[in-house]
Amino acid sequence: MARAGLGKSIAALGFAAICACFPACSASAAQPPVGEDLMVTTSPVGHAGGRLVFALRSEPKTLNPVLAEDAASQDVIRCLTADLIDINRATQKTEPALAKSWTVSRDGKQYTLHLRRGIRFSDGQPLTADDVVFSFQLYLDEKIDSPQRDLLVVGGKPIAVEKVDSETVRFTLAQSYAAADRLFDGFAILPRHLLESAYRGGTFSQALSVSMQPSQFAGLGPFRLKEYVPGERIVLERNPYYWKQDRSGNRLPYLDEIVFLFVSSEDTQAIRFQAGDTDVIDRLSAENFAVLSKQQAARHYHLDDLGPGLEYNFLFFNLNDLGPKASPDLAHKQCWFEDARFRQAVSAAIDREAIVRLAYNGRATPIWTQVTPGNKLWIDASIPREPRSIDRARDLLKSAGFSWKSDGTLIDAKGLPVEFSILTSSSNAQRVKIAALIQDDLSHLGMNVHVVSLEFHAMVARLLNSHDYEAAVMGLASGDADPTAEMNVWMSNGDTHLWHPNEAKPATPWEAEIDRLMQQQLVTLDYAKRKRLYDRVQEIVAQNLPVICLVSPDILAGASDRVGNFQPAILSPYTLWNVDQLYVR
Amino acid sequence: MKSRRKLWGALILLAVFHALILFAGFFAPYGFAVQDREMPFAPPTRLHFTDARGKVHLRPFVYGLKDDPANPGAYVADTSELYPLRFFVRGAPYKVAGLIESRLHLVGVEGDGRLFLMGTDGYGRDQLSRFLYGGQISLLAGLLAAALSVFLGVVIGALAGFYGGWIDELLMRGSEIFLALPWLYLLFAVRAALPLHIAEWQVFLLLVAVMGLIGWARPARMIRGVVLSAKERKFVLAARGFGASDAHLLFQHVLPQTYGVVFTQIALLIPQYVLAEVTLSFLGLGVGEPMASWGTLLSSLQQYYVLSSYWWMFLPALLLIPLFLGYYTMADALQERLKSVSL
Repeated sequence: MARAGLGKSIAALGFAAICACFPACSASAAQPPVGEDLMVTTSPVGHAGGRLVFALRSEPKTLNPVLAEDAASQDVIRCLTADLIDINRATQKTEPALAKSWTVSRDGKQYTLHLRRGIRFSDGQPLTADDVVFSFQLYLDEKIDSPQRDLLVVGGKPIAVEKVDSETVRFTLAQSYAAADRLFDGFAILPRHLLESAYRGGTFSQALSVSMQPSQFAGLGPFRLKEYVPGERIVLERNPYYWKQDRSGNRLPYLDEIVFLFVSSEDTQAIRFQAGDTDVIDRLSAENFAVLSKQQAARHYHLDDLGPGLEYNFLFFNLNDLGPKASPDLAHKQCWFEDARFRQAVSAAIDREAIVRLAYNGRATPIWTQVTPGNKLWIDASIPREPRSIDRARDLLKSAGFSWKSDGTLIDAKGLPVEFSILTSSSNAQRVKIAALIQDDLSHLGMNVHVVSLEFHAMVARLLNSHDYEAAVMGLASGDADPTAEMNVWMSNGDTHLWHPNEAKPATPWEAEIDRLMQQQLVTLDYAKRKRLYDRVQEIVAQNLPVICLVSPDILAGASDRVGNFQPAILSPYTLWNVDQLYVR
Repeated sequence: MKSRRKLWGALILLAVFHALILFAGFFAPYGFAVQDREMPFAPPTRLHFTDARGKVHLRPFVYGLKDDPANPGAYVADTSELYPLRFFVRGAPYKVAGLIESRLHLVGVEGDGRLFLMGTDGYGRDQLSRFLYGGQISLLAGLLAAALSVFLGVVIGALAGFYGGWIDELLMRGSEIFLALPWLYLLFAVRAALPLHIAEWQVFLLLVAVMGLIGWARPARMIRGVVLSAKERKFVLAARGFGASDAHLLFQHVLPQTYGVVFTQIALLIPQYVLAEVTLSFLGLGVGEPMASWGTLLSSLQQYYVLSSYWWMFLPALLLIPLFLGYYTMADALQERLKSVSL
């Protein structure tokens, strides 16, 4: 209950805004007053001052943490806000953030979180349990329809959030949930004192736009909004009330400012970094990595290849149950696609090494299941990594009743030639290349494959809404390494169950088994048991190939030599996750 | 005299170019879709006359390539074996002008050697072959689409300019609406209405139709302008005074004065349409992998790593310069000739 006096004295919003204009005034907050429960970081001590420039590939659409969906918005919001429990991107394990500690009930259904004492929003107002309850009320409100809401619905019921006292919050789940502590990462805590009136007035969805006044929002992140220039940049300044300090007792963050420039494309991003206009770059393509790496020493920057991330690229066939609305042509082709031996033959004929070499300049890893080698805790190492074999593919096709005409064309049991199209997004050069390589690979089996590249949204509409496609090359990347993040993909009723979304009931026995296993791992608390369940899921996927996994691209990032504590990770945000500890040499 | 020489020069250049493209299968050493996965982005193959030991060969030969250990992604010549160049070799089958099957190619190398005179792309496909095959689609589609645009432009522009009044109002306001339409979204809709896979001849017709139909409004407005001034010229008025019919006036006196505009428009539209095909391909309305077109060859230059690392990827663009110059020169020379005839 003992809260430092300073917070109370800056009660008026107006004063907080004035305060921001006088550096001397905010500097007084840099000395941690007694009673503040600051977190001490373990990274090497840097020094204060300086600015860091980062280029975003598009302009953020909003700064509203409840509604943000695009990567650019999330990158900026991550710097402005903080969550209760954080996933450390380097260790991939959870660590305390705004919650200093937490306890779990024996049945795994109740989480009690204890907030740090005496910490304040970037306008100087104290953080209390009310802010936490209010924030989760927003995330759970069906009218606001947050894209993150689904994560908070466990066992069909929304998580109940209640205040125990002003520093303690209890979360109650309808059923035990394996990785519930990881769930809190990404749920930013919002200031009730600034947003409650908008929420009560029903205007919350319009609040916190990119063009808001800096005084309209206060967060718990290392930075706060300073300036927004449409079409050009967003500038954030140091939050003097931030709740972390380094080993020597200096309050973080070190940087005075962080500037987000808006550029139009990945190539511009690379060129600006090469020219020294920006200090940090991530989501770099293998080709630009190769171009940039030639000048590392001369231009004083360094590039890191972190190895495979969590993204997996795959080929899949349309297995939707289209009923009478399917064209006879597609219905006929689905007879091939539904035969696991056909999919196994396709998988056997694909030259994954060539995809790695030609589409990713060697900076990717071939994969045979959805879990990438980057996900060390969850990959099932026993899945066979079968090399390409046209002979095995031919045997599989023969056993499935296919045969070949004298000119080499593959025909099915009814004598019809095997011909289908692979859909990709024309804005992703790598996936177009993957499709073109598969096309060539499958021509060795006598299949006549066409590559159709469409604009991204047109492609998604076909995959998820009209189901008017035959096969497609896509990629997915989970935000987290834990299998719970993949529920939507593997549960047969999931929206992202790409080959047959939103099934009323599992269409095949093996999909039913995946459903059971995924449900079971979700409520199991023991890691070893969960691992066994998820290994089985990977085995089923590798055997039945609803998606034919191909490659996992490496995570590529770079930073100017003058940036200290740079520690890129394979989980998004790849480079700015420790922005509070970055400093300029 | 001078314009005559210019015209002949341009015609010969264009004839050679079009012959190369018409007989792409014969001049191209490989098929347009043949991938050599060991050699993505290989530089143009060098022809040698002297080998590593200094021995001079009368028949040019090439070396194989191996990875450069010092420079990842680059190649060095493997001088352990040499592959002599041969003319009139038998290789992959193709069809001459889409009809007669043949296996005869102009050049090739023996054994495992590879001849990439313009280097390879990211799949290890021969750029020269792709350039020649790509021309078959791009050039014909460009020519037909330009002809379609200009034909529509002449009909509509001439009617509007010659008759004036409400016909003019109707046609010109119509063309303005046409110019103002949000084409990108209409093309999205067109794409969505079509089946996913479109056969090659359909792609071709689609390209011609889309480019030809979108492009008529500008030439129509220019031709209307020319017709407006032409119909007021003294000899036209005189002919009208002698009782000439509308058709006679249009075909004998007015339209000949628009030929200059017509030819320059065609010459300007062809290169424009070759590039427009890139946009259409992006929307899924153009040529898809692995087919080649000049648009797809040029579009790879939009990527920074290609632009900065592989100079031979510019070669298709460089080759297009003399071709387009040929068209401009021909249009120019024709215009001058017509002028001297009509005076």
